[in-house]
Amino acid sequence: MSTENGLSKRFEITGGDFGKAGEVSTKIKEILQEIGIDSTIIRRTAIATYEAEMNVVMYAKKAELTLHLTPTKISIRVYDDGPGIENIEVAMQEGFSTATDEMREMGFGAGLGLPNIKKNADRFKISSTPGKGTALDITIYLNQAGKK
Amino acid sequence: MTLKEIKKLLQAEVIYGIDKLEEEIQWAGGSDLMSDVLAFGKPGILLLTGLTNAQSIRTANIIDAKAIVYVRGKKPDKEGIKLAREKEIPILSTKYMMYTACGLLFSHGLPGVSKIQNNK
Repeated sequence: MSTENGLSKRFEITGGDFGKAGEVSTKIKEILQEIGIDSTIIRRTAIATYEAEMNVVMYAKKAELTLHLTPTKISIRVYDDGPGIENIEVAMQEGFSTATDEMREMGFGAGLGLPNIKKNADRFKISSTPGKGTALDITIYLNQAGKK
Repeated sequence: MTLKEIKKLLQAEVIYGIDKLEEEIQWAGGSDLMSDVLAFGKPGILLLTGLTNAQSIRTANIIDAKAIVYVRGKKPDKEGIKLAREKEIPILSTKYMMYTACGLLFSHGLPGVSKIQNNK
């Protein structure tokens, strides 16, 4: 959906569906490529979104991902209905993971996802309520190509 | 090093991308862990992996990898090959195990991604 303030799109991510995991991130990458966004910015956005998508697939039943693009920035919000995170500080540490063997067999669950989202974002906010879900807000500025 | 040279060195079978063998590869990385690939992979990387599910191809696409070599004689399933075709990511399969495949490429001058300092 295009608006005067930019482009907004909403996507649903289904938890547990490893076959389709990554489709939303791939779609977002294609949208940004079509618009002609800088390739470094696209790559950072795609990696951050893919990590967030995999977290939903691994831990939640469903989530809503919103992409909002303005002339100055890309904003991604992911809100899931997963179990939530008890201690965000601990979850942000590289190597911390509660992944199951099935998740690891898929090539994920090494405890690198949230730190990697933060690394690729210019601004990253995470809020979570145990038993209710987790919300991620990822911002990447368009005028900083090559800085990250 | 071109994909054609890589195919010869690894005695690899081309599963998709026979028309892309002249592509130049600058660096490579090997891992079965896509979390690592997402965290440390670089654009243009040749990804060596033993993970054959769709996530290996999706991850390669997300990080702008140039091609994938599956080790230990592994091959992706039909869905995986379809995805590689859609994303135009050449895929090869070698019977060498990960260590030997990486060693062969490295010893013939193809560096690892860790030589590139910029992580983003």
